[in-house]
Amino acid sequence: MYTSLTNRRSFIKKMAIMSAMTAAATMFPGILFADEQEKNLPKGGNLDWKKAPCRFCGVGCGVLVGIDNGKAVAVKGDPKSPVNKGLCCVKGYHSVMSIYGKDRLTKPLVKKNGRYVETSMKEALDLIASKMKETIKDHGKDSVSIYGSGQWTIPDGYVASKLFKGCIGTNNVEANARLCMASAVTGFLTSFGLDEPMGCYEDIDHADVFVLWGNNMAEMHPVLFSRLLDQRLKRGVKIIDFATRTTRTSMAADKSIIFQPNTDLAVANAICYEIIKNGWVNKSFVEKHCSFSKGLTDMGYGLEDNYKFTDKPEQIDFEAYKKFLEDYSPEKVEKLSGVSAKDIKYMAAYYGDPNKKVMSLWCMGMNQHTRGTWINNLVYNIHLLTGKISTPGNSPFSLTGQPSACGTVREVGTLTHKLPHGVVMNEEHRKHAAEIWDVPVENIDPKPTYHTVEMFRALDRGDIKFMWIQVTNPMVTMPKLKRYRDATKKEGRFIVVSDIYPTPTTDIADVILPSAMWIEREGMYGNSERRTQYFEQMIQPSGEAMSDTWQIIEVAKRLGYEKQFYYKEDTHIEEIYNEYRRHHEGKKHAMAPLEVLKSQPGAQWPYVDGKSTQWRFNAEYDPACSNGEKFHFYGKPDGRAVIWQRPYEPAPEVPDSEYPFWLSTGRVIEHWHSGSMTRRIPVLHKAVPHSYVELNPQQAKDMQIRTGDKVKLTTRRGEIILPASVNERGVPERNQVFVPFFDENMLINDITLDAFCPISKQPDYKKCAVKVEKV
Amino acid sequence: MPIKSYLAHPHDGKKTELIDALSHINNCDVIPAENQDLLILVTETENKFEDENLKEQIEAIASLKLLAMVSGFDTPKQN
Repeated sequence: MYTSLTNRRSFIKKMAIMSAMTAAATMFPGILFADEQEKNLPKGGNLDWKKAPCRFCGVGCGVLVGIDNGKAVAVKGDPKSPVNKGLCCVKGYHSVMSIYGKDRLTKPLVKKNGRYVETSMKEALDLIASKMKETIKDHGKDSVSIYGSGQWTIPDGYVASKLFKGCIGTNNVEANARLCMASAVTGFLTSFGLDEPMGCYEDIDHADVFVLWGNNMAEMHPVLFSRLLDQRLKRGVKIIDFATRTTRTSMAADKSIIFQPNTDLAVANAICYEIIKNGWVNKSFVEKHCSFSKGLTDMGYGLEDNYKFTDKPEQIDFEAYKKFLEDYSPEKVEKLSGVSAKDIKYMAAYYGDPNKKVMSLWCMGMNQHTRGTWINNLVYNIHLLTGKISTPGNSPFSLTGQPSACGTVREVGTLTHKLPHGVVMNEEHRKHAAEIWDVPVENIDPKPTYHTVEMFRALDRGDIKFMWIQVTNPMVTMPKLKRYRDATKKEGRFIVVSDIYPTPTTDIADVILPSAMWIEREGMYGNSERRTQYFEQMIQPSGEAMSDTWQIIEVAKRLGYEKQFYYKEDTHIEEIYNEYRRHHEGKKHAMAPLEVLKSQPGAQWPYVDGKSTQWRFNAEYDPACSNGEKFHFYGKPDGRAVIWQRPYEPAPEVPDSEYPFWLSTGRVIEHWHSGSMTRRIPVLHKAVPHSYVELNPQQAKDMQIRTGDKVKLTTRRGEIILPASVNERGVPERNQVFVPFFDENMLINDITLDAFCPISKQPDYKKCAVKVEKV
Repeated sequence: MPIKSYLAHPHDGKKTELIDALSHINNCDVIPAENQDLLILVTETENKFEDENLKEQIEAIASLKLLAMVSGFDTPKQN
C-alpha cells in the first residue's frame, strides 16, 4: 500500500502519516483508517483483493491483500471475518511490506571454508539429503532433527512430522511453540483430556467481566482487546488487569491489580477458597461433571541435562481439596502476593456471582512459567467450581502468540510426543498414523525423544548432529542462549536454516535455504479459537525461494520416500490437507473440507455436518457430546473435567542480595517476536528501533537513571548493556525490570534462565534474578 | 520544509465539524479514523514561520479538543 514512493518528500509525508497511525493504534487498538489505505492504492491498477489470515499473531485476523501487477501493495481488514470484523493492528496493516525487504534471501547459500557461496536449489537440497543419510548411517536415526514453528503452515508441519516420525522413525520433531504454548496444552490435557479452548472469540460479545491473567492484550492481541473496549462502550463490561507490571492494558482496564512474580498460583487458589467459603460453588455442575485430583509437588525446574519428570495423579475428594485450600485464605495470600485480601475477594466475587458471565484470558504470563501447567489448571478450577465454562460468555480462554501454534504445532502435532491424532506412546494412535502415512507401524518410535530445550542440549552434547530449522529464529529466542549458540558451532554439527531474511540463526547455518513467505505460497493456519484459515498463492516467490513444505518434500524424495511423498507440485497443498483431514475424522475433531475454507474466512473444528462448533463440551452446540447431559467433558474416560490440587511454589531463581531484581522479558506491539520481519518495515522499526530496559520510575530516580542512560544487567549467565526506559511504555514495580526480546543486537536471552515447567517443558522467560547498575 | 503529523481529538460530537474545518485550511491533509473520534492531521509548509502560523490557525478551531504532535520532519526543498 505504501510502496510507490516517488520522492523524498512524499516518503517523509507517508512516514509522518504512518507514525501517527502507529501512535493512534497504540491508544485505540483496532482503530481503522480504511479511506487512507484506499487512497494510497495505485491508480488505474489492476487491483485484485484476495483473502488470507494475517501473517503475524495467533488471533488470526482475516485480511484482504491487494495485488497489483504481481505485487502485494495493500492490506485491509476483512469485514467478513468474524475474528476482526474489518479491523487490523499496525503489524497487520503493514504486513505486506515485510515481504519486500532489501535483503530478502533469494538464493540458497552453502558455507564453504567459512564463507557463504551461492548455489542452486537442486545442489542445496542434494547436499541436505546426503548429509542426513550420512548422519543417520553413522550415528543412528535419533541424530537428526527438525525444529519448526507455530508459523509453519499446516502442510509444512504435516510433511515434517510424516518424514521424521513416519519415514525416518525419529521423534526428533519440535517447534518453537514449545516456548510459548506448551503449558496451555498440558493445562488442557490434564484438566479436560483434549487440547485447545472450549470457547471462541464470540464469548467476548457475551461476557460481563474480563480477567486478564498476566496478559498485556492492548499490545499483544490489540484487535481482540479493541473488541473488549468496544463491549465496554456498548454494555459497560468490566476489565480487570491482573499482572506483575503496569502496561497499556492496565491503563485501559477498569482495575489494575499487581502481584509479585509467581504468586498467581497462590491468588488463584485464594479465589477458589473464597468461592467455596461463600457458597458460590455450582454444586450440581461439580457433582455431575467434575472430579478432583492432586499430583506430585516439588518437581524441580529442569535445570539439569537429561532431567525427567512424570506426574503421578491421585484422585482426591472435595473435602480434601477444601482442606488443602485452607492455606490460601486471602489474608494469608496477601502477605505472599502483595495483592490485598480486598482485591482477591473483589475478583472472587465476580467469578462467584451467578449473574455475571466471566471470561479469563491469558497468554505468555501463565504459560512461560515454571509451574505453567499448574496455573493453567488453577484458572480452570475457578471456572469449573462455578460452572462458568463452555457457555457463551463463560470462558477460560488461552490465547496463542503465533498464527498457527494451534493449527500446526498442536493439531498436526509437531512436538516430540505428538502425532496428528494422539501421541506416539499410544499403540492405537501409532497404527492410525502409520496407516494414513503408508509406513510400517514399527517405523513410529513409541518413545518421545527431546523437547526443545533438551533438543538443543542434545545438540550441545553431540547426541544430535544434524538440525534443520524452519520459520523460526532460536538464536534470538532460546533462553540461556549463549550455551546453545556455542553448541551449534561445535565440530561435527550440521545446521540447515530455512528463512526469508538473514538472522542470527542463519549466521550459524551450514546451508541456508530461501523460503517463500506467506502469500508467496499456498497454505493454512489455525488460530486460537480452533479456526482453520486458507490462503492461496497470490504472488511469485522472491528469487529462488521455495515453500518450506516443498523443501521438505524434495528432501524426502531424495531420501527414498517417493511413495509416501507422492504429491504433485501443482496440487500438493490440497493433497496434503485431504490426507491430513483423515487423521482427525470423527465428531471430536473433524476438519472442514478445503472448499469450505476457500469459500469463507475459516471454519472451526470440530466441523460436523457442515457446521463449525463454537462451544465444545456443551451438548447444545457440540455434536460430540453423548452422555445425555447438558455438558460432557468427553476428553476424559469418565466424562468429567478435573479440578486439580496444585500448591504455590516459588520460582527457581529469586532475587537475593547479589542479584536483587526480577528480570522479565516480552514483546512490544510494533515487533513480531524476534523482529526479523517487522524490523524491515520502516515505520515499525522507526517506532521502536532498539530494545531497552524498563525500570520503576521511583527506583530509577533513586539510582539516578534517566531514559536513555546505559544500564548494565547481570545475571548468573552473563551481562548486557541496554538503554533505560523510565515512565515510557510499561512501568515495572520496584525491584523488577522488563526487557523486550525482539532486538538481535541486544540479545536479552543471553542472560535468561533455561528453567522450565516439568510437565509442559516450556521455559520461563518471565522470572530470573538480575543485578541492575548504571554504567 | 516542515512536515508534521498530529493526532487531533475533537470535542464530543464534533468530529464531522472538525474534519470540515481542517479540510478547508491549505497545507493540511486530514485522515479521519472510521471507528474512533480521532483524526490524523498532516501539515506541510514552506518554512518554520508558515508552520507556526498554521499551527495557531488550527488551534483556534472551536471543535478541536486536543492536538498532539506525533512526528516532525524538516527537509530541504528538493522536489
